[in-house]
Amino acid sequence: MRGFGLAIAALCTLLLSGCGYNELQRRDEQVKAAWAEVLNQYQRRADLVPNLVSTVKGYAAQEQQVLRQVTEARARVGSIQATPELVDNPEAFAKFQAAQAELTGALSRLLVVAENYPQLKSDALFRDLQAQLEGTENRIAVARNRYIKAVEEYNVTVRSFPTNLTAMLFGFKPKPTFTVENEKELAKPPRVDFERKAK
Amino acid sequence: MIRGFFLALLFSAAAWAQLPVPPLTARVIDQTATLTSEQRAELERKLREFELRKGSQIAVLIVPSTAPETVEQYALRVAEEWKLGRKGIDDGALLLVAKNDRTVRIEVGYGLEGALNDAAASRIIREIIVPRFREGDFFGGISAGVDAMMRVIQGEPLPEPKTAAPGAAEGIGQVLPVLLILALVAGGVLRALLGRFLGAIVAGALVGALAWLLVGVLAVALIAAVIAFIFTLFGGGGYGGRYGGGFPGRGGGFGGGGFRGGGGSFGGGGASGRW
Repeated sequence: MRGFGLAIAALCTLLLSGCGYNELQRRDEQVKAAWAEVLNQYQRRADLVPNLVSTVKGYAAQEQQVLRQVTEARARVGSIQATPELVDNPEAFAKFQAAQAELTGALSRLLVVAENYPQLKSDALFRDLQAQLEGTENRIAVARNRYIKAVEEYNVTVRSFPTNLTAMLFGFKPKPTFTVENEKELAKPPRVDFERKAK
Repeated sequence: MIRGFFLALLFSAAAWAQLPVPPLTARVIDQTATLTSEQRAELERKLREFELRKGSQIAVLIVPSTAPETVEQYALRVAEEWKLGRKGIDDGALLLVAKNDRTVRIEVGYGLEGALNDAAASRIIREIIVPRFREGDFFGGISAGVDAMMRVIQGEPLPEPKTAAPGAAEGIGQVLPVLLILALVAGGVLRALLGRFLGAIVAGALVGALAWLLVGVLAVALIAAVIAFIFTLFGGGGYGGRYGGGFPGRGGGFGGGGFRGGGGSFGGGGASGRW
């Protein structure tokens, strides 16, 4: 009788690990961690915006439009509840991504405008803020790449046999991932540059 | 036909190829022969001393170009592969110079992002490195840049470099063979004098006490005592080479010529510049 119970316990363990339940859990956690890092870096960027805007205002107050766009985009980003559960809701995810992309665009326009103000460009605070913004954009790119990789691994696990059965049983669904934002840019023909020798 | 296939393969590989990350053989790797060997040695010495003093690993890499990737993408790949900095503390930093691209980047590990933050890294590049590079003074720029990075990191409260822990591990590594030989010899004598069991107990106690005195870690002493006890109890010729190779030497971390990353991780922090 006791031997029978043991056999059942062993079978259950084998089944659970063999059917990829643990694997699914692990991948799911990885996706969550990667997503938290993405949110973290986006938050970091949003926190930089007020300082950046007020610094630019000090030198280029007449650039009303660009400044307003940045402020509005920042407000929209802030109004979206950036929770970890966002990942499981494709619609909210798309909205979140669109808002962040808008802020990215507004910020890059702001930096382009800033090029026209030599005094602003030589302001130490502005240069530091610019460096922080660039660093944060790079961090966002890294975090997004890692998230994309984590989701890819998770989705492959969810969709492939036999783990897909387990995933169905326990309600693991494929997760949304980032799409390429600069599609337009990619569609453009490459610019030929004779200045730099291609080696 | 086959040659054509291989040629096609080669070309497609070349088209897709990212610049490979060079193996981490030294703290300063110069693929452009910009630095003289003395200059490289001086930087190397400086960085090694800093690691011994502070624990952080800094490495310098000079490549001709990072194409087709941007300097940021390549720097992150290098940093991820080299794993500079201590595991869990993530206090590594990389200074990457792409000479023909005229780009430079300081890639900063997670643990150093507080001190060597983006603004500080950017200032080092803008105010210290780039002006010297513009004049063609690559060694001066790198050396002064590395100095500035070390100064900034110096101010960051980091855990002590692990001189104590590897020292202890080293201690065990050095002491254990001696203790083993001692256990063999003394155990043999004691066994002859006191009999098998009593001799084993005395040998174990002796070796344990000695190990405690030498290493100062009770657990190690106990293990040594048990080993000596077992040796003497079951010994009696014929086990000469059995345990000879069993004990690994010291990990060979960054003592001699080789240099290894400690397992630090990076998240894209740092700054880039052009000249």
